[in-house]
Amino acid sequence: MTGPAPRVRIRFSKHGKVRFTSHRDVARIWERALRRAGVDVAYTEGFSPRAKLSFGLALSTGHESEAEYLDVALRNAPETTTVGQLPALLGPALPAGMEVRAVAVLPPGAESLQQAVTSCTWYIEIGDRAPSEVAAGVSRAMAAAELPLTRTRKGQTVTDDVRPAMLAVRVLGAVTEVVAPLAPRATGLATAIEADLATQPRGLRPAELIAAIDPTWVAVRVTRSHQWTQAGGARREVMDLGPAATPPPHAEARAS
Amino acid sequence: MSSVWTQLETHLAGVAKPARYIGLELGAQRPDAGDGAVSWLLTYPDTYEIGLPNQGLQILYEILNERPDAVAERAYAPWGDMEEVLRRERIPLFSVDTHRPASAFDVLAFNLSAELTYTNLLNCVDLAGVPVRAAERRPEHPLVAAGGHCTYNPEPLADFLDFVVLGDGEEVVSEITEVIRDWKASGRTEGSREGVLRALAGVKGVYVPSMYEVAYEGRHIRAITPRHPDVPERVEKRTIADLADWPYPRNQLVPLTEVVHDRLNVEVFRGCTRGCRFCQAGMITRPVRERPADQVRTMVTEGLRRTGYDEVALTSLSTADFSGIEGVVRDIVDDPAGCGQTSVSLPSLRVDAFTVGIAAQIQKARRTGLTFAPEAGTWRMRQIINKLIREEDLYGAVESAFSSGWRRVKLYFLTGLPSETDDDTLGILDLARNCVDIGRRHTKGVNVKASVGGFVPKPFTPFQWFGQNTTAELTRKIGLLRDAVRSAKGVQLTWHDPKASVVEGLASRGDRRLGPVIETVWRRGGTFQEWSEHFRLDLWLDAMAEHGLDLDWYVHRHRTEDETLPWDHISAGLHKDFLWQDWQDALAEVGLPDCRWTPCYDCGACTGYGIEHVVASATPPAGGSQGTGQDLSTGHVPGAVPVTLRTRPLAGARS
Repeated sequence: MTGPAPRVRIRFSKHGKVRFTSHRDVARIWERALRRAGVDVAYTEGFSPRAKLSFGLALSTGHESEAEYLDVALRNAPETTTVGQLPALLGPALPAGMEVRAVAVLPPGAESLQQAVTSCTWYIEIGDRAPSEVAAGVSRAMAAAELPLTRTRKGQTVTDDVRPAMLAVRVLGAVTEVVAPLAPRATGLATAIEADLATQPRGLRPAELIAAIDPTWVAVRVTRSHQWTQAGGARREVMDLGPAATPPPHAEARAS
Repeated sequence: MSSVWTQLETHLAGVAKPARYIGLELGAQRPDAGDGAVSWLLTYPDTYEIGLPNQGLQILYEILNERPDAVAERAYAPWGDMEEVLRRERIPLFSVDTHRPASAFDVLAFNLSAELTYTNLLNCVDLAGVPVRAAERRPEHPLVAAGGHCTYNPEPLADFLDFVVLGDGEEVVSEITEVIRDWKASGRTEGSREGVLRALAGVKGVYVPSMYEVAYEGRHIRAITPRHPDVPERVEKRTIADLADWPYPRNQLVPLTEVVHDRLNVEVFRGCTRGCRFCQAGMITRPVRERPADQVRTMVTEGLRRTGYDEVALTSLSTADFSGIEGVVRDIVDDPAGCGQTSVSLPSLRVDAFTVGIAAQIQKARRTGLTFAPEAGTWRMRQIINKLIREEDLYGAVESAFSSGWRRVKLYFLTGLPSETDDDTLGILDLARNCVDIGRRHTKGVNVKASVGGFVPKPFTPFQWFGQNTTAELTRKIGLLRDAVRSAKGVQLTWHDPKASVVEGLASRGDRRLGPVIETVWRRGGTFQEWSEHFRLDLWLDAMAEHGLDLDWYVHRHRTEDETLPWDHISAGLHKDFLWQDWQDALAEVGLPDCRWTPCYDCGACTGYGIEHVVASATPPAGGSQGTGQDLSTGHVPGAVPVTLRTRPLAGARS
């Protein structure tokens, strides 16, 4: 084969029971789903060939998402029609709770997901806390000049300022309908927030955000709703869903 | 039916590997239990990762769910952190399919593949909210059942099991379902449990422990007798005549999370007549029943397409013996649908049937590990255990492997075999060293791993009378190997903990008096005994002492011919006098040929049930030695050790 392999980028969701699978599990699920759907995936060379798939930022086990991505290298450049059919082909090959939201061919030389994504938007429900309490905590944190947090990474304990990674935090209000809680809650009360968190240079995870604002808070439900790239000073969704929230199976998705 | 999912969900983020509790596998069913349908909870008493791939449970799962009057779901033993959640929050054991509580099922059916899972069985029954002792259960409680290889000596679990299924389950699950359906229809009234168990005892292949009385004479068993005239004196195992009639699983489960043997598994034959004397599986699953090669090809092609797996294992007790194995493997790897990515693994390879041809085929896509099982280090020892492979056979196989590009080979051995000397033990390293030398001719980075396990005698084998080596003796033998391996470059030695072998031996040949011991160990937290980090020998030793039982007597004592064995009222089809003769032949270092290719010597497995081998090829695989008409006069390359193949009375000669 000459030149780099053609690639397609897939945006998918992860909800319900399947959210308890790990990042590694999801990789394996995709490898099998692509084979089941008959997608002509490119493989690495050598004694132990692997499918050429690359995933973006790992989603913690237990979190849900509307915006997960993977790039699939193909053996041959796909026909436009084939790309359009992928959501319909892959749908039945994926477990309940995982759905293809969009598919697009990547232009040659496109940045990898790890490089391209600069921030994510998270929907977070905080258990046993009223909106006023949460609003007060968020205001305090956002007003702080520095917000030091001690984290372990690769076995090393590091304390650093996480405030710069908190791009925006909005309090959405009380959660009236309790859906799929992640952790036990005493009162049945919860407050939802939406947070834009940077992924570069050092990312901030939702659980770390909560710990930095108030260590007594517990996130009972976490959903990644967007992943953003930076283009000409403005942020753009890695892959748009278009006007409709869920595209019809044959809708053509645009590349970012 | 109620589900515990919402209760469970709030705790899943706090336990390790929560994906093992969610179900959702490809092939999973959400059966709707209509009124009157018999519901089975097929349970593997170890973790999801170990239990999910179990083919026996998957076969029954499909067969039962195909019946209009039955539903089947699955459960696995929760790991310690999850058990803590369940007990604290009062959530019962549940099915992963619909998360219904275990107590809502009519049958809790366990697969018993390993003795060290017995305490987990008790734990699962208890987590289900069901009394662990069968005698304390009431009509509203599920029936607790077990099947699988360990149930050929079900006696240590007699206090806890309502019924036991012996042999192939494909046909008998339906017969059992019908009996239980009638019981349900009758309203499961007060006192009706005895009635349904009595009816089950009448189903061929079903053993109901409470229907038998054990009489003792001193420490020995005098007799095991049925309590009622309609209960059979001996319970015969079930055997399906033709594997071609049972192309299961049709929809193998594909898990969302990592499990062992995570690949498509296609059973190519059941049963084995190589006659290795240590091997319980080879004795109790006779005769050989091959699946037609075309059916194997179809199951592989359709299975790969449906599951998305890129690896298929052709499973059996000795896959290289499958008629035309080379052609089948070639067709799989060359199938254009696999895009050259399909790898084939052959989990059980006999060295005398492994050829360059097979080696060349299976290394096309991806080189999976190669494991051979010479089992013993010297020809003398291999004659005793009747694993009649010569050193040339082993060296030929590793030559095939190394010349085809493999660099690592694993060899399985047993130590603590009958009449084993230190020379026999150390012979293990001689073989491994010679394999390294062969490898060096082909490649630099040769690695030969010798894996050594302590031998545990099993019921229904010629070695059932043999006193197992003590832990001290096994430890000493492993020590000999550890010392010697230091000078064996390229050989890596691994071994099984001899302390675990003693408990395995206890449960394997124990009797009903072990019930309280198992219960005590379980009550003191001795679960997951298969896991070295959880294994607690002290719990077992203490419990034995408390209940006045002698470990030595159960495990290390040689049995005599006239002794009533705890499983004498169970039949695997094998004549007891055949097994005794084979034991005497073993001690005389006399081999016995494979009856698949040579005349029948009437072990009983075919003649007793009116069935036969189903083997496509009348000739043994290339390179084989045992029963193949080849010259077996030498087993050792340099020196000559004579072997005699004793002629046995042929079938029909027995009165």
